[in-house]
Amino acid sequence: MTELLEMKNVNKAFSGVQALSDVQFHLRHGEVHAFMGENGAGKSTLMKILTGVYQRDTGEVLLEGKAVEYANTAEAMADGVIIVHQELNMMGDLTVYENIFIGRESMNGFLINDRDNVKRARELFEVIGVSIDPYAKVDSLTVGQQQMVEIAKAVSHDAKIVVFDEPTSALTQAEINELFTIIDDLKSKGIGIIYITHRMDEVFQISDRITVLRDGEYVGTVNTADTDKDELISMMVGRELTEEVKLASQVADDAEVVLEVENLSAGRMVKDVSFKLRKGEILGVSGLMGAGRTEMARLIYGAEQPESGTIKLHGEEVKIKSTEEAVAMGIGYLSEDRRRYGVLVEKNVAENTVLPSIEKYISKGLINDRSANKDALEYNKVVRTKMTGIEQVVRTLSGGNQQKVVLAKWLLRDSEILIFDEPTRGIDVGAKAEIYEIMQELADEGKSIIMISSEMQEILRMSDRIVVMCEGNVTATLPIEGATQEEILSYAMMRKEV
Amino acid sequence: MGKRTIQNPIGKKDSRFVEMVKSQQFIAAAAMIVLYFVFWIAAPTFRGVNVITQILNSSYYLAFLGIGVTFVIATGGIDLSLGTVMGCAALLGGRLYSVNGLPMIVALLVTVLIAVVFSAINGYLIAFIRLPAFVATLGTQMMASGFGQIISNLEKTNWPARASEPGGAFKNAFQITISGEGKNVNIPTGLILLLIIVVIMSVILTKTKLGRYILSLGSNYEATRLSGINVRKYQFYAYIINGVFVGLAAIAYAAIYTSITAGFGAGQETNAIAGAVIGGTSLAGGIASIWGSLFGVVMMSVLKAGLPKIGLQSQWQLFLTGIIILVAVIIDVRRNKASN
Ligand SMILES: Nc1ncnc2c1ncn2[C@@H]1O[C@H](COP(=O)(O)OP(=O)(O)OP(=O)(O)O)[C@@H](O)[C@H]1O
Ligand SMILES: [Mg+2]
Repeated sequence: MTELLEMKNVNKAFSGVQALSDVQFHLRHGEVHAFMGENGAGKSTLMKILTGVYQRDTGEVLLEGKAVEYANTAEAMADGVIIVHQELNMMGDLTVYENIFIGRESMNGFLINDRDNVKRARELFEVIGVSIDPYAKVDSLTVGQQQMVEIAKAVSHDAKIVVFDEPTSALTQAEINELFTIIDDLKSKGIGIIYITHRMDEVFQISDRITVLRDGEYVGTVNTADTDKDELISMMVGRELTEEVKLASQVADDAEVVLEVENLSAGRMVKDVSFKLRKGEILGVSGLMGAGRTEMARLIYGAEQPESGTIKLHGEEVKIKSTEEAVAMGIGYLSEDRRRYGVLVEKNVAENTVLPSIEKYISKGLINDRSANKDALEYNKVVRTKMTGIEQVVRTLSGGNQQKVVLAKWLLRDSEILIFDEPTRGIDVGAKAEIYEIMQELADEGKSIIMISSEMQEILRMSDRIVVMCEGNVTATLPIEGATQEEILSYAMMRKEV
Repeated sequence: MGKRTIQNPIGKKDSRFVEMVKSQQFIAAAAMIVLYFVFWIAAPTFRGVNVITQILNSSYYLAFLGIGVTFVIATGGIDLSLGTVMGCAALLGGRLYSVNGLPMIVALLVTVLIAVVFSAINGYLIAFIRLPAFVATLGTQMMASGFGQIISNLEKTNWPARASEPGGAFKNAFQITISGEGKNVNIPTGLILLLIIVVIMSVILTKTKLGRYILSLGSNYEATRLSGINVRKYQFYAYIINGVFVGLAAIAYAAIYTSITAGFGAGQETNAIAGAVIGGTSLAGGIASIWGSLFGVVMMSVLKAGLPKIGLQSQWQLFLTGIIILVAVIIDVRRNKASN
């Protein structure tokens, strides 16, 4: 039988920068093929070439033995080649069902048959086993729910190949399990799945084979059964990495409390939340998606106003009425949704990095771009942003590298209290280890960090203490000593009776 | 390890020169010059110095409008009221001087003030009440138009015709006329004033906190807010800057053309917005160029001066302006699309 997909000697350069050189990729029918590599290795680019988003410079793509080259995504979709993008691009003002069926709505003569579209959307959600209101506006959904809509859309096509570009970076464990069930289902129908991820455990859980890319070059393809984590890491990074967990808190119990939150409440998402943050501490905030962690962070950061409760900085009660005040008081907030709330995609790396810190570079009323650029470069070097230079427009960076720019921005701002909301979302293993190091260094310097994370390993590795939230309530505050995944999870699912 | 070093750190793909040539503001400048020479070749009557004066004269007020609205468009907003507000301000200021006999300085200050008040209303509605700019400024457009008619009683209003008249000295800022031997020589002082203002505003837009924040919030409002920036304040400021320039435009118009008819100003917003867009300011916000807007509006002035010389009257100007606006917007949209 011919292979489902063969990509051979694919080359692609962006304005002189070689993103892919002589890359190959093979996919069989009914196979889940994981696609790995560091941030900026070229994974998304290759998949965008496959699905008609970009066009290759040279090379060959054979679908079931037939040479293809798609000028746009519509052509690829017509051939059953579908991608669920890393950076979601949906029409936020339209409803869920409108997004799913755009361009192929059920019609009643000249009129759109909305009732039927909604019905089809409901059926789709039933098939993949999620409950989302088809009438909801996409903007009102969480990132995770939006991702599910995208997946539903992909499933609704008569697919031969489905590409998932980091689908789980915004999903809860339950949603991930749902997704894997869907993938198994697709696989049994003979559909080929290409699965891009930075998460090792997932790769071993669902993939049959793995292809690794490094710096735009093909490194190799291995059978999942014949390899292990260490081999994969050294294929990706070109060196060994060790993984650790934090065994004991590195902060004294009587260290100064820099931030104290008492009975903070707002709407249905944050209920009576209280906790303390000590100087030099990394406070992990765990919980399932929708637990109210981001909402809680936004209250502290002044992006939203609490209905009741108090916030104390260094023992003194403060009212934080705006993000401007929060930053002035030494609080920084890195959002979980970089696309919407993190970066200015049309601006370059330098402008993004210095945005909250511009005041520092003003002399005689004018911005001193030279020294601003110098710092922007320095901090992006610290987080190892892969870029052609600080004047590269952020839109053209890979997903993980956009995240690094946001990190660099808050490092440069040098806040005393940092709220990191999913700081390593979409970041590769190598860079992740580096970011953990940076966070620990910051804490050692006396900065205090609230780290919201859905990744259990991250929580266990970084936190000095752990706050667990469920449905807007804090259900537990645990010391790191002796904390286990199971324990955290049980608190994360502990609903409070009202 | 790996090859993750940053090559060419502060460098870019293109050299500064290549980048400049590719920029929209350069294209606007080139288009302006090409258009000028097209008319120059096509119509002998276009070749005189007086045509240049004519182009400059209509460029002053248009450039002020264009500069002001560039700040508004940079926030991702729009101002549909600026034409009628300019008219209303010029009428009120003129009447205070010519009918009520107030000193010229008061008349000039009130002219600017009234424009700022309207812009402040726009800015408040848009930045704080969060109305869409299109809707808010459509409302003030009608308010200003009506207000102008109320205060002027639909009569024409006259500003001093000569600089030598009492209160006419301000005209020297735009044009100094030296008469002798039956021939008048006009010195376009306004050009110097305009260039100074363009340089200053360009620096404000690109090199100050104010400008940087305006561009940032136009680029991504929420991300800018979450960077700890008081986005509402800076959005409001953009409208205030616009208001000051609408007031200056009213003064520039009064200085050059002296008489203000009732209804004057309506429709000028299209010229200003078109000029800005031609010059590379993106209607989606976040990208703007003051120099570009200058070239853009001067191009509109060249068109206005040139068309009658090749036998096409003002109805043609309207028609062609429409086409140019569409072309500029298509370029703008394509630029945004290319970046998606
Ligand atoms: N439109 C573009 N213009 C210029 N450069 C681009 C463009 N798109 C991608 N690149 C560059 O190509 C390289 C590969 O990017 P790609 O998005 O494929 O990485 P990736 O492997 O998906 O990384 P990540 O894991 O961070 O998502 C990066 O260096 C990126 O900056
Ligand atoms: Mg990617």
